[in-house]
Amino acid sequence: MTALLEVEDLRVAYGKIEAVKGISFKVEEGEVVTLIGTNGAGKTTTLRTLSGLIKPLTGQIKFNGKSLRKVPAHQVVSLGLAHSPEGRHIFPRMSIEDNLRLGAFLRKDSDGINKDIQRAYDLFPILGERRKQASGTLSGGEQQMLAMGRALMSQPKLLMLDEPSMGLSPIMMQKIMATITELRAQGTTILLVEQNAQAALSLANHAHVMEVGNIVLSGTGQDLLHDDSVRKAYLGED
Amino acid sequence: MTTTQTTTVTAPAPATPATRGSLLPPHIARATATAGGALTVVSAFLAWTWTSAFPGDLTVYGYPGGLQWLVLVSGALLTLFGLSSYGIKGLNWLTPQGADPAIRLAAYAAFATAWFTIGAISTKLGGAVNLEPGAYVALAATLIGWLGARSLPYERPETSPADPDDSAFDQFKHNLSNRWSVYKGTLATTPAPPAKTLPSYIEILIVAVVLALGLAVFTYGITTEYDQLFIGFLITAGFGFAAIQKAGLIQRVSTLTARHRNVTLVGAFVAAAAFPFTQSDDQYATIGVNILIFATVALGLNIVVGLAGLLDLGYVAFLGVGAYAAALVSGSPTSPLGIQLPFWQAILVGATASMVFGVLIGAPTLRLRGDYLAIVTLGFGEIFRIAVLNLDGTSGPDVTNGSNGISSIPNLTMFGFDFGATHTIAGFTIGRFANYFFLMLLVTLVVVVVFRRSAESRIGRAWVAIREDETAAEAMGINGFRTKLIAFALGATLAGLAGAVQAHVTYTVTPEQYQFAHAVPPNSAFLLAAVVLGGMGTISGPLVGGALLFLIPAKLQFMSDYQLFAFGLALVLLMRFRPEGLIANRRRQLEFHEKDEAPATLTKAGA
Repeated sequence: MTALLEVEDLRVAYGKIEAVKGISFKVEEGEVVTLIGTNGAGKTTTLRTLSGLIKPLTGQIKFNGKSLRKVPAHQVVSLGLAHSPEGRHIFPRMSIEDNLRLGAFLRKDSDGINKDIQRAYDLFPILGERRKQASGTLSGGEQQMLAMGRALMSQPKLLMLDEPSMGLSPIMMQKIMATITELRAQGTTILLVEQNAQAALSLANHAHVMEVGNIVLSGTGQDLLHDDSVRKAYLGED
Repeated sequence: MTTTQTTTVTAPAPATPATRGSLLPPHIARATATAGGALTVVSAFLAWTWTSAFPGDLTVYGYPGGLQWLVLVSGALLTLFGLSSYGIKGLNWLTPQGADPAIRLAAYAAFATAWFTIGAISTKLGGAVNLEPGAYVALAATLIGWLGARSLPYERPETSPADPDDSAFDQFKHNLSNRWSVYKGTLATTPAPPAKTLPSYIEILIVAVVLALGLAVFTYGITTEYDQLFIGFLITAGFGFAAIQKAGLIQRVSTLTARHRNVTLVGAFVAAAAFPFTQSDDQYATIGVNILIFATVALGLNIVVGLAGLLDLGYVAFLGVGAYAAALVSGSPTSPLGIQLPFWQAILVGATASMVFGVLIGAPTLRLRGDYLAIVTLGFGEIFRIAVLNLDGTSGPDVTNGSNGISSIPNLTMFGFDFGATHTIAGFTIGRFANYFFLMLLVTLVVVVVFRRSAESRIGRAWVAIREDETAAEAMGINGFRTKLIAFALGATLAGLAGAVQAHVTYTVTPEQYQFAHAVPPNSAFLLAAVVLGGMGTISGPLVGGALLFLIPAKLQFMSDYQLFAFGLALVLLMRFRPEGLIANRRRQLEFHEKDEAPATLTKAGA
């Protein structure tokens, strides 16, 4: 059985500066895979390349058996790859409901869309309470919920979350992580990029540690959580 | 003895800061304002000057004339709002959001109009000696009304004193902003209670009455015969609308129009179509048809700027492409093509040519974002004009006749109806420009319907998403480039439609008509201003903005030298004080007044 997402020797550069220097990893259906690492490790660049916002230098990206290399950003979604970008990028002047509807922009089944909007409200009750409110007035954590809910609206085969805990209070961060756990339990395949290594590793099936454009360490989430070098470098222990 | 002493001592102390705005106790203030309004109405029936040398004939007792009508209207508004503030049965509906701000603005309207009128009389006739007693009654009446309105109680917003360590200019700025917030405090409204539900036919009747009133106001403005009357009209209409808006009536009506949108649309077009029938000759239909052309093009631009958020500074070129394309196939003797297509084909040629140019210009430039797009479109606008100048047979192939343009464009004939001739319909004389007015109105209707349908469709949502956040929109599966290109091409096509009509209305198309900035609209700068002034993303906004921006230069010929200056000044002031435009889109309002509006939406959603 082939993996849902297969990345092989991916290299990405901004001009002359190479941000991703040949990485390979797989995401199997139904599992949570996380990329952790410090600022500038190339995690976000990897996600942006997968979703077509940046063109890679070399390398193979196979998603669901198809190559993604020549697919423009707006078509990646239709293949079943949803991206909740870093910094959330919600549409601040639109209502929550309009944001969710835009997430389902490529879908034509209005019944299914309404059902999924309800599902997003079940997942994040606060969004349901404020469905008519302009989303720019939400708090950071609520905006993150909206960004995740919106990404789910395209019924993705793979959900890519870029730093969902960024800039959130510890309580809000726990809520977001709990939601990811819940999504995993529902069978959603997730590729999670995080700086918060502890949280990410504890819920990931597989994890990869990135450093300046390379994957330096791979293993199951639990393995890495108990790995000495990881504990030193990312979990603040000595 | 001691008590009287303490009161005399303490009384002035709080009175000093509080005197502003509370000259009179509240109940006396209210009575004074209302009485001032009533007296203003009376004064309009008196003679204000002895000679009819001042236009409008203000010499008659017992009948208002010219500017007196405007004073009468503003006085009546003030009286009505004043009476309504007493809770008189049957007048309560006038002020759902509270009467006091409306009274204030109506009093300003009466005061400003009357004092302007009397100032204009004195200036025109050479001195206050030319005034009759009626004028002094009007001055006193509006002053009384103004004093009364000014003394109405209001909740003074908290202001912080200027920091004495700041520089003098900073202190001045701080005090000025304090004054401004206090002034805004005097106009603070209370939220209107929910409207009574009326039977549907009454609601539609109300919409019809409002549309008829709108037609009356518009017709009055368009047919003002002299500068003073038009300025007076602007003063009264400006303050009057502000007063009605603060009273909450506009909001009431807009809920009705939102509920009966199709009725409103049809009604608005019936009202607009009624305009030529209010005229006895073709004099003002010229202005009418030109306003329609200008406003329609502005509405087309609103798709590009207001919905898709693409700043297009060369939009008038698409009007030019449409006009030239239609002129070339119009059968004009100066057209090198020398063919005459029927109008429905000519208008399609115009629209198609504009669309092709829209795609040709859009395809390379829409990959740019923001400022770069603005610069490139600005350049394209100039390239169009210069290219048309040079396609004259000497500098380039003979297509456009260069600076002479394509002239003597024949009048249209459709179904045996000659647009150049004067017709009589049911006793009304319908001249050449009125004929074109009807034709242009149909084009406007098409543009309005296209705008509405597309704004509410999938593509409309995609435009707004692109405008808000292009990266996120791409991540939703929206093809940014294609979406923007559709907006650009659609906007161009609509301008081309209007251009095809314009070529026939003006007889001649020349390159000078299609510049970036020019004293006469339409030009790119004025078109953009009409969109911004009126309100981005709305239908009525550009129509109102276009009408104002066309009327003001057309009516106030004496300021032609300062027109661009005044225009610039007005834009700066508008952007400072009402950035969302005269008619605000709900979403836009949120964008520009996030602080003020955010809690309001919060409570609304929470409730």
